[in-house]
Amino acid sequence: MSKTITIDGNTIPFEDGQTIMEAATAAGVYIPHLCHHPEYTPHGSCKLCTVKVNGRTCSACTFPAMEGQDVLNNTKELNDDRQKITQMLFVEGNHLCPGCEKTGNCQLQAVAYHLNMLDDHFPHFYPTREMDASHEDVLIDHNRCIFCTLCVRASQQKDGKDVFAISGRGINKHLIFNSQSGLLKDTDLDTADQAAHICPTGAILIKRTGYQVPIGERIYDHKQIDQVSLETEHHQHGE
Amino acid sequence: MKQFIQDLAETNRYQATHLLHILREVQSHYHYIPEAAIEQIAELLNISRTQIIGVVEFYSFFHLTPRGQYDLLISDSITDHMLGKQSLIDYLSEKLNVAVGKVRRDGVVSLDNTSCTGMCDQGPAGLVNGYALTRLDRPKIDQITDLINQQKPLDQWPNELFQVEDNIIEPGLLLSQPINQGSALESAFKRGLKETLTEIDKSGLRGRGGAGYNTAWKWHLCYEGPEEDSFCDVATQKQQQRYVICNADEGEPGTFKDRVLLNSYAHEVFEGMTLCAAIIGAQQGFLYLRGEYLHLYDKLQSVLAERRQAGLLGNNILKEGFNFDIEICLGAGAYICGEESALIESLEGKMGIPRNRPPYPVTQGYLGRPTVVNNVETFMAAASIAVNGGDWFANVGTEKSKGTKILSICGDCSRPGIYEYPFGTSIRSVLNDCGASDVLGIQIGGPSGTFISNHEFDRKLAFEDLATGGSFIVFNNSRNILDIVNNFTHFFAHESCGFCTPCRVGTSLLKKQLDKIIDGHGSAGDVVALEELCQLIKNHSHCGLGQTAANPVLTTLQRYPELYQSHLKKISYEPGFDLDRALETARKLAKRNDAGAHLAQVEEEI
Repeated sequence: MSKTITIDGNTIPFEDGQTIMEAATAAGVYIPHLCHHPEYTPHGSCKLCTVKVNGRTCSACTFPAMEGQDVLNNTKELNDDRQKITQMLFVEGNHLCPGCEKTGNCQLQAVAYHLNMLDDHFPHFYPTREMDASHEDVLIDHNRCIFCTLCVRASQQKDGKDVFAISGRGINKHLIFNSQSGLLKDTDLDTADQAAHICPTGAILIKRTGYQVPIGERIYDHKQIDQVSLETEHHQHGE
Repeated sequence: MKQFIQDLAETNRYQATHLLHILREVQSHYHYIPEAAIEQIAELLNISRTQIIGVVEFYSFFHLTPRGQYDLLISDSITDHMLGKQSLIDYLSEKLNVAVGKVRRDGVVSLDNTSCTGMCDQGPAGLVNGYALTRLDRPKIDQITDLINQQKPLDQWPNELFQVEDNIIEPGLLLSQPINQGSALESAFKRGLKETLTEIDKSGLRGRGGAGYNTAWKWHLCYEGPEEDSFCDVATQKQQQRYVICNADEGEPGTFKDRVLLNSYAHEVFEGMTLCAAIIGAQQGFLYLRGEYLHLYDKLQSVLAERRQAGLLGNNILKEGFNFDIEICLGAGAYICGEESALIESLEGKMGIPRNRPPYPVTQGYLGRPTVVNNVETFMAAASIAVNGGDWFANVGTEKSKGTKILSICGDCSRPGIYEYPFGTSIRSVLNDCGASDVLGIQIGGPSGTFISNHEFDRKLAFEDLATGGSFIVFNNSRNILDIVNNFTHFFAHESCGFCTPCRVGTSLLKKQLDKIIDGHGSAGDVVALEELCQLIKNHSHCGLGQTAANPVLTTLQRYPELYQSHLKKISYEPGFDLDRALETARKLAKRNDAGAHLAQVEEEI
């Protein structure tokens, strides 16, 4: 008899050591997330995966599944809050979807659609952020960085490098590169690196590939993010 | 520079955990952290340069660009403001000919604001090159200006500028009966360590930092560690490295009791830490001292030396075959490091970002090992309990809050300072003692605590009613509540570590939304929007900072809704920006200032 938790009233099995997110994904239950990726150590910072566990607010990506947990996930209250958290990510940076080459392939945009986000709700910060186009093949647009640290983790945990880091405090957080000049071109980042492809927004782009897949034929143009997420992450969590 | 850094790294045994120590020295020597230093430190400690840059940019006292030879910081606590801080910093800025936030052209002096420096009973306060300045006034500023312009070394400045008073006004159970050096450890070994833990359990002691976790349970859990299910034998226990950390990162604005305890009761505090180490089986302890208390550093080091001399620290303590020592680590200006897991990260030489929990520090703390983190006052109380027994402590206080609480009282009262009260004491009697009159309200527990109005003075100091880590700020009727809330809200936005979205973005949004209302640009829906935002930050933030950052707004909104409403315009919608002010750049470019170059905020007003 395997151990179980319930999510929105449905009984779901889990194994010791699994987080709520891992158990949910393996069982085909989508919990919205941006900073989480099944292949990397969970971070727990974006807070989109916030669920209620026996009445207590927890991040599903970091909180261990345990016998007796009654988890609320797909509720109006939680989805409303997730929508506001997504709106926070939008107003904090400069996200202009129609002009971004990641549109249609962007998880931030897709999760916003999924949560039925129709406006920004909060006043925009319009921060002044730079671009780094120094690298021959990879472009960084800091305007779209949401500090999920996926590139940091991918570089360290998958590529065996240490190209990216998040520096600064509070609202002044920013992505930095591990080179003496501080420029991306002087790091050992390669286009084949996982870190160059992991960005859930359009902050890290591979040059000269932006429109190879036309708008209208992109990942989230025909599928919602919950479906895509479960299709791609299910087996990784199920392993 | 190469030799300086090389020596520094060697003194710190090339330990990456000592990164903050090293950076503090570099900052103090060069007035910034030069790029070449970062490269060299990275190489010597075998860490990435990005970790160092991250740390430098995280802590307020480190800088990537040069500060002045004299770096002046003025405390921005609400109590400093109440004592005339703003006009003083303006005066200082004018006298020294340097703008706030800037370095003077000759590089001699820089001036800026800083979060509460823990001198609220003797403000307006500040720091010069990290050393505390108290009771600042215009004559002192004139004096400081002269000293700086003559470029007189800091050690030749007159002592009275750095005078820090204890101001113990009302000693109680702990403060009036200091224990003899070594007596807690002697009692514990005589009684037995397990039995002593039982006494601490019996005393009902709960953590004094504010959260109030049961101290005996915490120690017990740490002793058990992650792997074992119950107490293991002494031999197994000794193989497990454990750590004791004293949290002296007293950053909550309005709190200064740990400053006094470390100045005058350091032996008791260190004895409590040593006692904890004996019970849980730790060999290494740390005192994490907030950077603002640099003035205490040398004195505390000599207390540690004295204890080593007396056989109360080091190898074979009291000839019981017990080894333990304590290292002092200085913070560098980050309120978040008062959160225990952020503090541990900082001790490890990293940015102070709170960890995901579970696991908790008692099972995976410093370097992943079981760790007890307790407040200064908790360790002191534990030492006294070891001497006097659990009942001695438990007989005082209330059912759920045993013993006494040491308060730092400041603000509008005639006798600010340190007061120790049994839990259960009413606010009214505290106010009588400290000489407060015409009281509007009190901020209990600092900005992250609760604002209570003058209808609530029969409420009591207790975990079950008004919990506080020690901060108790009195406001009289001449004060404006929204000014207070504004100061606190800006504080949280400044101190948010930025890890999670709700706190990073939310505290800045909260600041904007509150500014909008206070500046008179709020319309009907804006108070509702303010409250919604507060709930979002409170419910979804990663740690205690975010979860309490909206408390100043929430607790005053609940008590004074009319105050917020009265600032609103009587229209249904008001833009978040000033339309006419937004045209200023256009007017400058067009060199026009006629009526046609101005816009009214709303159509009705035209």
